[in-house]
Amino acid sequence: MAAEPETKEPRAVEATPAKKPAGGLRLGVRNFLRVMRANPLTMVGFVLVLIITLTAVALVVVPPIAGAILGHPVMLTPFDPNAPDTSSCPVINNVTICAQPPSAQHWFGTDNLGRDMLSRILAALPLDLFIAFSVAGVALLLGGSLGLIAGFWDKPGTIGGVVSLVIMRLTDIFLAFPSLVLALAIAASLGRGTGPSILAVMLTWWPFYVRLTRGEVIAVKHQPYVMAARAAGVGEWRILFRHIFRNILEPLVVYFTLDVGTVIIIFSTISFIGIGVPVDVPEWGNMVEGYEKLLLTAPWTVLAAGGAIFVTVLAFSLLGDGLRDILDPRSRRALTQAAATTSVTAASSSPEA
Amino acid sequence: MGRSRGDLLVFVGKRLLQLIPVVLGVVTITFIFTHLAVRNPCAVWSGPHASQSTIKQCIVNFGLDQPLLNQFGTYLQNLAAGNWGASPRGQPVLPTILSAFPQTLELVLAALFIMIVVGIPLGVIAANRSGRWADHLVRTFYLSGWATPTYLGGVILAIAVGPFLGLPNKSNFTSTPPQGWEIVHMSVLDAMLHLDLHATVDAILHLILPATALAFINLGIATRMTRGSMLETLPMDFIKTARMKGLSDFWVLYKHALRNSLISTVTVLGLTAGSLLSTSVVIEEIFQWPGIGAYAFEAITGYNFAGTIGVVIFFAIGVVAANLIADILYGVLDPRVEWR
Repeated sequence: MAAEPETKEPRAVEATPAKKPAGGLRLGVRNFLRVMRANPLTMVGFVLVLIITLTAVALVVVPPIAGAILGHPVMLTPFDPNAPDTSSCPVINNVTICAQPPSAQHWFGTDNLGRDMLSRILAALPLDLFIAFSVAGVALLLGGSLGLIAGFWDKPGTIGGVVSLVIMRLTDIFLAFPSLVLALAIAASLGRGTGPSILAVMLTWWPFYVRLTRGEVIAVKHQPYVMAARAAGVGEWRILFRHIFRNILEPLVVYFTLDVGTVIIIFSTISFIGIGVPVDVPEWGNMVEGYEKLLLTAPWTVLAAGGAIFVTVLAFSLLGDGLRDILDPRSRRALTQAAATTSVTAASSSPEA
Repeated sequence: MGRSRGDLLVFVGKRLLQLIPVVLGVVTITFIFTHLAVRNPCAVWSGPHASQSTIKQCIVNFGLDQPLLNQFGTYLQNLAAGNWGASPRGQPVLPTILSAFPQTLELVLAALFIMIVVGIPLGVIAANRSGRWADHLVRTFYLSGWATPTYLGGVILAIAVGPFLGLPNKSNFTSTPPQGWEIVHMSVLDAMLHLDLHATVDAILHLILPATALAFINLGIATRMTRGSMLETLPMDFIKTARMKGLSDFWVLYKHALRNSLISTVTVLGLTAGSLLSTSVVIEEIFQWPGIGAYAFEAITGYNFAGTIGVVIFFAIGVVAANLIADILYGVLDPRVEWR
C-alpha cells in the first residue's frame, strides 16, 4: 500500500518522480546533493568522513590479505608504529635527541623514542573509530529499542504502560549522571584497560537515545496517517516498523553521526586520564597524555595526536550538523533560499524556492 | 494551574519530590558498579608488598567481609548520617567535597559567563548572515571548539599559552590571603567583597585560562541555540516593522530579535551543567584547580570508592538541580508557560 506518509519533504519527491530517493530514508540522494551544494562545509565533512572511514578499513583489511598473497608481512603505515628507532638520532652534547621535527621522510615528525608520528596516528585510527562506532551503535540499538517501546506502548494501566514507566524512570536516573564521571568511575572499578573502558562508556551512553526516540515516536504516532493505517486494519507491529520507525530514523541517524565524534572525545579523555587503553597501544588520547611533557620541546607530537582527534571529530560534526540543518524546517528554509541565489539548478528542484 | 507564586511553590515542591527516587537510583547504581566490579580493594589500598594480615585487617576494618546487602545498608546509613563514608585514609567524603565546591562553582560560573558573552553574539551574527561566509565561519569556529578534546585545549593553554602570556598558575598566587579572608570561598568574589583591586585582578588572571578551556568546548551550544531561534524570529512581522521604523540593525537584532530568541538559549545553558561538571574533572587536574573535579580525579585513580561514589552522587544532584533551575527560568522568561 502507499505508505509514503505526510513528511517534512514530500514535495521534493513528487516534483521529480523519476528520481525517487533510494532506500527507506527520506533523505534521498537528490536531497543530499542539494544540501551539499547549499552548504560546502557539510560536503567537506562528508568527504573527510569517507576518507577517514575507508583508511581505517584499509588499515585493518589490507595487511593480512596482502600479506597472505605476497608471502611477506605488509604494512600500510610508512614505518613500524611501535618499534623505537634510536639509530638515526643526532647526538648533541652527549644527549640523544630522537624527537625530530616534521620532514620529507617523517611527515609529522618523530616522538622521543624515534617512532614515526604519522604511523602511530594511522595505527590508532582503526581502534579509535571502532570504539566510536561500537559505543554509539550499541547506544543507538539499545536506547532506540527502549525508546520505541516506551514511546509506542505508553498507555497507562496496561502492561506496556508499566514497562514504559520503568524504562523512563531508569533513563531519568542515568540522565542525571554526568556521563564522563560515571564512565570514569565504572572504568576505574571494572579494572583498567581497553575492554572495561569501552564497556563503561557503553553503560552510560544509551539513555539519551531513549529520550530522543521516545519523543520522536510520540510526535509521529498521533499523525493522521498512523490513525488511517490503524483504521485500515494494519497490525500494531507493522505500524510500529513501517509507519513509525521509518519516519523517526532520520533524526536518529543525524544524532548518531554527531555522537560518533562525541564518543571519540569522551573515550580518549578516559585514556588521557590513564585508565583506558594501556600506554603501549597507540591511541590518540593516551598519546596526548604521553607527549604532554614534550609540548614545549617537540610540539608536533602533541599536535599530531590532538590534530587527529580534532580532524576526525570535526569531520563527523560538520556532516551531522549540516544534516541536522536540513531536517530542521526553519534552517532548511534559509539554506534552500541561500542555495537558490547561488545555483539555478538548486532553485529549480527546491520546493520552497 | 496558573502563574501565581503559589503555583510556582507547588511546582518546585513536586520537582523536589521527584528528585528522591532519582537520587536513590543514582546511589544504588553507583554502589553496584563500584562494589561488584572490584573484588578486593584492600589489596590495592595496602600496596603490592602488604602482608596477608594487613590485608585481612583492612578487610575487617572496612566491613568488606560482610554480605553486599549489609555493606549497602552501612553505606546508606553513612549517607544519611551526612559524612558519605570515608576515603581509605579516613578522610570523610562529604566535608571534603563541600569544602571544594565553591572553587568548582566559581570555575563553572566563569565558564558560563564566557559562553554567554562570546557564544550568544556569535549566534546572532551567524543567524543574520545565514548561509553566507560569516555563518560558515562561526559554524567552523564553534564546531572546532566541540572537536577539540578538553584535555588538549587545557594542556595547550596551561603549558604553552599561559606562560607565553605570563598568566599565573593556581599554585603560585602572588600573595597569600590573610586568615579569615574568605567569605564565599570564591577567589574573585572574595577579593571583590574586600574591595581589593589588586587581589581581584590577580584572581581573575588565575581564573581566565581554566574557565576559557572549560567554556571553549561548550561554546557551540549557546551559539547553535541562539542561531536556531534567531532564524525563527527574524522573518516575523514585528522584526519587519522594527526595520521599517528605521531602527538600526544593531537595535533590531539585539533588542527586538534576541530578546525573543533567548528563552531556549538560557534553558539549554542550564542543561549543559552536567557536561561542565564532567569536564571540570579534566580541567581542574590540568590547571591544579583545587575543586571537586581534582578530588574526583584523585578518588577515581586512587581506588577511593567512597570518594568516587560521593562525587558521582554530588554531581548527579548538581545536574538535577541545574535542570530544575533551567525549568524555572524557562517559565520566568516565557509568560506563556504555566507551572505544571
